Amino acid sequence: MTMAGVEAFITGAGQSEVGIRLSRHPLLLTVDAIREAVRDAGLTLDQIDGVFTYPGKMDTPPGFSPVSSIDVIETLGIKARWHYGGGEQPAQLSAIAAAAMAVRSGVCRHAICFRTVYEAAALSRPAEFPQPRGGEVGGALQWLLPFGALSAACWTAIPAARHVQRFGMTREHLAAIAINASRNALLNPQASAITREELTLDRYMAARLIATPFGLYDCDRFTDGSTAFIVSAGDALDEISATPIRIAAMSGSVERYSWDQAEWPAAYAAGPELWQHTDYRTGDVDLVQLYDGFSFLPITWLEGLGFCAKGEGHYFVEGGQRIARDGELPMNTAGGQLGAGRLHGFGFVHESVIQLRGRAGARQVGGKPRLAVATSGGGPMAAALLLARD
Amino acid sequence: MSMTRPRPRLDDLTRPFWTGGAKGLLLIQHCPSCDGWTHPPLPLCRHCGREDHGFAAVPGTGTVDSFTVNHQPWLPGMEVPFIIARVAIDGAPGVYLTTNIVGCEEADLAAGDRVRVTFEEQGDIHFPLFEKAK
Repeated sequence: MTMAGVEAFITGAGQSEVGIRLSRHPLLLTVDAIREAVRDAGLTLDQIDGVFTYPGKMDTPPGFSPVSSIDVIETLGIKARWHYGGGEQPAQLSAIAAAAMAVRSGVCRHAICFRTVYEAAALSRPAEFPQPRGGEVGGALQWLLPFGALSAACWTAIPAARHVQRFGMTREHLAAIAINASRNALLNPQASAITREELTLDRYMAARLIATPFGLYDCDRFTDGSTAFIVSAGDALDEISATPIRIAAMSGSVERYSWDQAEWPAAYAAGPELWQHTDYRTGDVDLVQLYDGFSFLPITWLEGLGFCAKGEGHYFVEGGQRIARDGELPMNTAGGQLGAGRLHGFGFVHESVIQLRGRAGARQVGGKPRLAVATSGGGPMAAALLLARD
Repeated sequence: MSMTRPRPRLDDLTRPFWTGGAKGLLLIQHCPSCDGWTHPPLPLCRHCGREDHGFAAVPGTGTVDSFTVNHQPWLPGMEVPFIIARVAIDGAPGVYLTTNIVGCEEADLAAGDRVRVTFEEQGDIHFPLFEKAK
């Protein structure tokens, strides 16, 4: 494949303390993650000239996105030539894709990308982080909320239930994803506040139901923490001391931006699109980090990306052997969001970088992995990155 | 689901859908020019772009595409379980509604079942719910 101009690389990765009901200010968590990412890349803050985030600062839902790109510029004195934080992008990882576009076009040389979540802390401190007051519902939510579909769990349960009804998916299939996540999370020190023991099938089945086919362990958990990356231009790598990870392809296609008018979640559009931008194929991929805000979503990504046919993703994960760390396609090796908390997409890229650099310690995948897919999103939102260690 | 339902904000585009039930009608945006159906409503036909579209009544029947049984009380006072379904609307190809299936136990419902609209009145809003067709 020919790629005009310079390419984009992830050259630094950082993550704050991750936990439940942290007391540290979300801006400080963000600074922690960013300083680690900058240091990791071998840069200093005065070399950073871009700041990108998703979805930008929001007061509601409480703690969902408490830090803006502007906060970072102001706090750290970044001389930003470009910054962006907005929700109208194809899912969480689009912030990294936007930074990649910025460095490839020459607008920036080294850009910070970050995502900070503070939902567990916010829930426990309602005076500081008030819940939105009820009231009239406008926009897209008016077609969902009046029917008691108040959570993305309900919206995602509908296509999941269709897999049950049409393709024979069972709760045991979903359990294989949650159990794999818990096993991997136990080897991830950053997940110690989220997963304390291995999930068993019995415990999975005994947990209370949320929205069929989802029970408690099919849903990720509110978490506090910040994840940051440095995205650098290919012609600036001589300033970098870490192993750069190339963004070999990215996609964010959407067919219909609606939770219920679209026939399939957006993974079925963004998945195939990823391969339009690279000569790599699914057989080249060494490991996958697939968004698992709900257990069903990795199945949509496995199918959408073409690791198996549509309607067969649950057979791919059956029993969990194939997706285990020593399986043919290791998946969510840091525990994903089910095991390591709702870091909202950025955790998947963080783990991809660590694995490709061979620095994952006890959970390191064997065979010196060179190629990873990281994804984010569900429903109408989807973004995928193909990450390569050259 | 027994609770006060979140109230949609009515405007010229959404009022026909949310209030049509007062006359027993399920109204969906319809284009007289291309016969296309647009949902959610827009100030133009999403198929041909024509702006002088209107709303037309559909028969009020449909087919369950998929459904979930919601067990989590997301709000205080929310009675569970209840069924949330995605229903394909007869007469309006490509239009689906997220709705509740009422008057029916989980065990008695299957994807592909035929359903018929029934409206739940809350002030001037008439929420289109569905029950199994006889």
